[in-house]
Amino acid sequence: MPPFRIGLLKRKIESGDEKFSTNEGSTKEESHALEDSDNLFRGDLDDANDATDSEPEINDDNDSDSNNSVDKVIFGDDADSTLGEDEDGEDSDQSSELTDSEADDEDDSEDNENESESEKSVDSGAESGPSQAQSSDEVDKQLPKLRKKTTNASKKQSKVKKQNFKNSVDILAEKIKDSSVSSTTACLPVEQRDEYESGDTSDEEDRRNTTGEVPRWWYDEYPHVGYDLDGRRIMKPPQRDQIDEFLKRCEDPDFWRTVKDPSTGQDVKLSKDDLELIRRLREGHVPDPAHDEYQPWVEWFSREVLATPLRAFPDHKRSFLPSRSDARRVAALVHALRMGWAKTRKQLADERRQKREKEFYNLWGSESEPPRGIHRHIPAPRRPLPSHAESYNPPPEYLLDKREMKEWEKLSATPWLRKYSFLPTRHDSLRAVAAHARYTRERFLRCLDLYLAPRAIAMRESINFVHLEVELEIHIFDKTSQLTIRPEELVPKLPSPRDLQPFPTREALQFRGHAAAVRCLHVHPSGQYLATGSDDRTVKGRERRRPAREPQFSPDRPTDVCLVCAVWEVSTGRCLHTVEAGEAVARVCWSPAAGLALLAAAAGARLLLLAPGDRVGSRRAAETTDRLLDEPPPPHDVAMDERTRSCVQWERVGAERRARGLRLALAHFKDIVHVAWHSRGDYVCVTLRDAASRSVVVHQLSRRRSQLPFRRSKGLVQCALFHPTKPWLFVATQRAVRIYDLARQELVRKLQPGAQWNSALAAHPGGDHLLVASYDSKCMWFDLELSARPYQTLRVHGRAVRAAAFHPRYPLFATGGDDRYIVVSHGMVYNDLLQNPLLVPLKQLPGGEPRDSLVTLDLQFHPTQPWLFAACADSTIRLYS
Amino acid sequence: MVSKKKKKYSSGEGAQFMTRKAALKKLQLSLKDFRRICILKGIYPREPRNRKRAQKGAGGIKTLYHTKDIKFLLHEPILWKLRELKVYQQKIRKARAMREFRQMRKYLRDYPDINIDHIVKERYPTFVDALRDLDDCLTLCFLFSTFPSLKRVPRNQSLLCRRLTVEFMHAIIAAKALRKVFISVKGYYYQAELEGQTITWIVPHHFSFQPQSKDEVDFKIMSTFVEFYTMMLGFVNFKLYHSLNLVYPPKLTAAFSDTDKELVDEQAYVAERIAAMNIPVIKLEGANEVEELPEIDIFQSEGEDPQKLEEAKQEAEKVKKLKTMFKGLKFYINREVPREPLVFIIRCFGGEVSWDKDLFVGATFDESDESIAYQIVDRPNMDKQYLSRYYVQPQWVFDSVNTRTLLPISKYLMGAELPPHLSPFVDKTRDQVYKPPEERALLDPNFKPLNDDEDSGSEIEEASDEDEEGKDDSEVEDPEQALTKQYQQEVEEDSTSEDEDDDIDPEKKKLKKEKKKAMSVTTGVPHKEHPYQKEIEDKQAFRLREKLVRKKYRNLYKSMKAGQEKRKKEIWLLRKKRRLHDEKVKEAKKAEKHKKKIQAIEAASA
Repeated sequence: MPPFRIGLLKRKIESGDEKFSTNEGSTKEESHALEDSDNLFRGDLDDANDATDSEPEINDDNDSDSNNSVDKVIFGDDADSTLGEDEDGEDSDQSSELTDSEADDEDDSEDNENESESEKSVDSGAESGPSQAQSSDEVDKQLPKLRKKTTNASKKQSKVKKQNFKNSVDILAEKIKDSSVSSTTACLPVEQRDEYESGDTSDEEDRRNTTGEVPRWWYDEYPHVGYDLDGRRIMKPPQRDQIDEFLKRCEDPDFWRTVKDPSTGQDVKLSKDDLELIRRLREGHVPDPAHDEYQPWVEWFSREVLATPLRAFPDHKRSFLPSRSDARRVAALVHALRMGWAKTRKQLADERRQKREKEFYNLWGSESEPPRGIHRHIPAPRRPLPSHAESYNPPPEYLLDKREMKEWEKLSATPWLRKYSFLPTRHDSLRAVAAHARYTRERFLRCLDLYLAPRAIAMRESINFVHLEVELEIHIFDKTSQLTIRPEELVPKLPSPRDLQPFPTREALQFRGHAAAVRCLHVHPSGQYLATGSDDRTVKGRERRRPAREPQFSPDRPTDVCLVCAVWEVSTGRCLHTVEAGEAVARVCWSPAAGLALLAAAAGARLLLLAPGDRVGSRRAAETTDRLLDEPPPPHDVAMDERTRSCVQWERVGAERRARGLRLALAHFKDIVHVAWHSRGDYVCVTLRDAASRSVVVHQLSRRRSQLPFRRSKGLVQCALFHPTKPWLFVATQRAVRIYDLARQELVRKLQPGAQWNSALAAHPGGDHLLVASYDSKCMWFDLELSARPYQTLRVHGRAVRAAAFHPRYPLFATGGDDRYIVVSHGMVYNDLLQNPLLVPLKQLPGGEPRDSLVTLDLQFHPTQPWLFAACADSTIRLYS
Repeated sequence: MVSKKKKKYSSGEGAQFMTRKAALKKLQLSLKDFRRICILKGIYPREPRNRKRAQKGAGGIKTLYHTKDIKFLLHEPILWKLRELKVYQQKIRKARAMREFRQMRKYLRDYPDINIDHIVKERYPTFVDALRDLDDCLTLCFLFSTFPSLKRVPRNQSLLCRRLTVEFMHAIIAAKALRKVFISVKGYYYQAELEGQTITWIVPHHFSFQPQSKDEVDFKIMSTFVEFYTMMLGFVNFKLYHSLNLVYPPKLTAAFSDTDKELVDEQAYVAERIAAMNIPVIKLEGANEVEELPEIDIFQSEGEDPQKLEEAKQEAEKVKKLKTMFKGLKFYINREVPREPLVFIIRCFGGEVSWDKDLFVGATFDESDESIAYQIVDRPNMDKQYLSRYYVQPQWVFDSVNTRTLLPISKYLMGAELPPHLSPFVDKTRDQVYKPPEERALLDPNFKPLNDDEDSGSEIEEASDEDEEGKDDSEVEDPEQALTKQYQQEVEEDSTSEDEDDDIDPEKKKLKKEKKKAMSVTTGVPHKEHPYQKEIEDKQAFRLREKLVRKKYRNLYKSMKAGQEKRKKEIWLLRKKRRLHDEKVKEAKKAEKHKKKIQAIEAASA
């Protein structure tokens, strides 16, 4: 039983006897019902209990008859029941629990039977119990399974009871009467007696039932519910079956407020106050209606109001005196502070601050050994100093105009490409100058540069030119390189051309007469005559003086002679002699032999040896030449092997051709590319085009025989030259230049010019230097005593170089090609082996007009004068002096 | 015996360099700490000769450090400090996580300090080394001195910067070392000369601090730099004061001695700083009041150019004059003028400065003082003006310092339109530099600027302009022109003399004529050489020689030439813009004149 119920019951007892006496039975019943439903506050009662409850109420009306008669008999029992109310309630709780287990129930019911049978004699009113139990027993036996399955026992029981009632309605009617009588008779006297006779305190009233804390169901099978203080049994009020309950409910208007007291089994009718109390509890209010939740708070103990002292006794005297121990401690602290052993917080903070403050001293005072620094430290370059444009009031030309402003706007996405890192603006006065928005950012970038940008000494070169020794040092830092040299210093310092005179400086003469490009030219060793060969077939040869800058050649003039080879007088520009060769002349070459006037001309595959006759040179020379060529060679020497014979054929010359100057003709099996005389004039070296191993042929005039010096080809032979003094042969192939010793028949040296395609060779008259021209616009100067690599590569031409020539006397050489200019250079060679040759380009001479992208085809210096002859593609020969 | 095969990159460039990652691993540092130690120690990545080899064959571009640099860092005692600091930070973190705030506060309070004195000495073994590298230090410290308290910057750093920069400025004032000043759009440039080293620094204009986004500026990095720079500047200051016989640290104002007054507002702070600049610093006892450098005796050493010596002498003289340029002059600065640079400059050259007493602290004399020589104003006009003084604009001070003389004030008077402010840092010795007419006027007293009203002036200008252009093209052409002129003159003279001869005696002439007929000898015509012949030849020769530039330097040469061309074009553009501008101005002036004339005529007729 919940505790509040105890209080409730107590209050009920206090409230008044009249009520109690009338409602005793009903409360008992009701309490039962409530226990069954396990909820006190539900109010409404179950059907089953209703049936049982109804009985006493019905009987209540009839009580008036039987009350007195039964009074005495049940008296004692009643007293018991009232005393045992408390425990009874608890028991009923237990019983309700017990109903869950049917086996127990059965046992109980059996016990009940036994008990009831034994007590039948004593209590007439108790008869109903056993009879009920019996009936229930019967039903139990009939439907054991049904009972077992039920979980909510109370409901089941009631059902069983109903069935029971249906079976024996008559018996029930009697029982109802009995029970109601007994209950009503039992109630009143108990109350009265309890209150007034025993004279107990309210505490004792609670314990009218002395069974204690035992389960209520122990008493289920007994007619009593416990024992009162005197040890007498408290009898159960008569049990009501469902019909009784039902009737009671129907008849009793107070049924809804009737509950059953479990300790006594009596019905208790709840008073108005009780109901009120229950209502309040259910609504969650304070149970006491008189309680005012919102009554004003009376302060009596807070930090403001201290109505009562904390301690009831007054302070001790020593609490008003300074503490000795404290004083001692303070004195010790004061002493420590005075002595500086201890410090106040402020002092400590000051000290800390002072410690944090940087102490500067003379760091560079003591002359100690400098500590180790960074390995090869590269100091960061300084930021460039501001220009005029950065001024707050710059000169007006630095302000951006419209176009520049447009560009500035365009580069807004990539500001680092802009000309300035700031916008040049003009401020009228100093106070109008605002802070630079990107200043902090710029400083930050500088910081980043200082620790993040890789530094390098970008160039550390000692450039050793002939007259120049410059130490260059550049720091690369943040993409801004600073050069400390001027570009002029990179240009080699060479002597001025003015100091290297004489050299040809301007065009002096033009030899005109050829109709097509002049392929080749050669100056007679005496310097008086010039032989030229050309591609033309339509120009007539006319012996006429053709001074420079005089229009003398008109294409409309009819031509009758096929001229390909001409001899000119240098001093006058007259064409002295022409020879029709039938084919384009690739090469002409005067024999260097003194006292001879012999010209070798390569026309197609034929090498023609021409004697220009008495008009060229002295008559004596012409005679000796004729004589030499006429006399037949010693027969035993004319021995040529098969290979050579297949390659070359010495032809006889007919009288008609002889009259025109032809003396000898050598037919080759391929076209001739190049012809070169030996310095003595006996040998001619001929280079053939596409002739593989037989591309170089050497002819000996005195013996009228030819030789093929090479067995195997070593590449495309471009040209072959005799060494001026030694019995050597220079052979230029496409990539390399080979030097062969003809006497010992071996390769002396292989030079590697490093060009893609060599075009021409020129040997220095001294014989120790060689100039190689190439089609990839380079000229290589070889010092034969120095190395197989060029001593210097001259890139003075913009396009292919086709011709190169040395001056036999002066330290001059010239190169020309598809470029507009012929370059005359100074090439000084020293006898001192330690001194390198000095090469100085001197002059760019304008060549002829370009024809089919050809300009200059051949070059030759005058043997004695600093004059230069150039065979031009515009069918002129130009003389530069 | 089989020798072991050498591993690739174990020697040579591959072993010389180290990527940053490898360096971090070697030093056992976090990137943050590594960055810090790199900044403090002045270690920087290096550009290898061959990047591929230096990166041990790896592609891409990596930050490469010299292995020796990293090994050098390995011996640094601070490295251990950094590691300890890491542990300490962990402690703080833990205390915070455990909510032991008292402990955390204690840790924060006793945060260990890293002493970097030895690094300063190590990076700058001598005082001159430190002075040489002072540019960035000063610029950054001046910037930081304007910073408010920032999140990633230690609180006392900007205070320290303020103190040190003011001390440095005092040292400059005391040493009279300032040489050049320049107002740029970015800030004030100052150039000082200390111990033969030129130091240039920038002081930003007012209100230079603007909140920066995180990816724009990382204040933490800058703060690390400042950490080193403050130490460096402190030691430099000490040494400077020491050498100037001054007490260090100087007692300037209460603002710096008492750091509790941090809540003083910026205005007050600036005012105090400027006021501090107006106080002379305390000299050491026994120090000479005036110690002038002895006259520089320049010895004639062998191989020295006497002209150079003369120039050096003149320069020294000029500098000496500059040092005392404002001596004895009193300046009064109006309140709208930015005072800090002006006070600094005027004090540097021996002037006395004051300002409005009511507005700012530290004024030494009043505006009504009759002995004031110059009042610096930056407003179009003033109500009350004193006759005893000049009212000039601040640019006058700057331009005067740069020209090293007190410039005539006529162009700088109050309300006048200022002439352009020119940078004194443009290198005059370099060629291919555009010189605005104003600068040329400064350099050459005979030069007539274009703005003169007379037409003749402009003509001369044009002529000289062309002249200048010629100069830029090739310096050799100038004498050539002179030569041609001379030659023409000679020819003229010859002809005149002949004429004169003719005039003198006609009889003889007649005789001559007769003789001529008889002898048939024609008078010789002097061979006229083409005036530019020589130059043309030289140029052609040079063009040929150009082709002989070694292959190695050919690209360099080409790029240098291209640069020259570009500069030439720039100069041409600037000159053109100037000409157009001047013409416009002239026309405007003419129009105005014309208008005035018409108005006058109208007035007269009326």
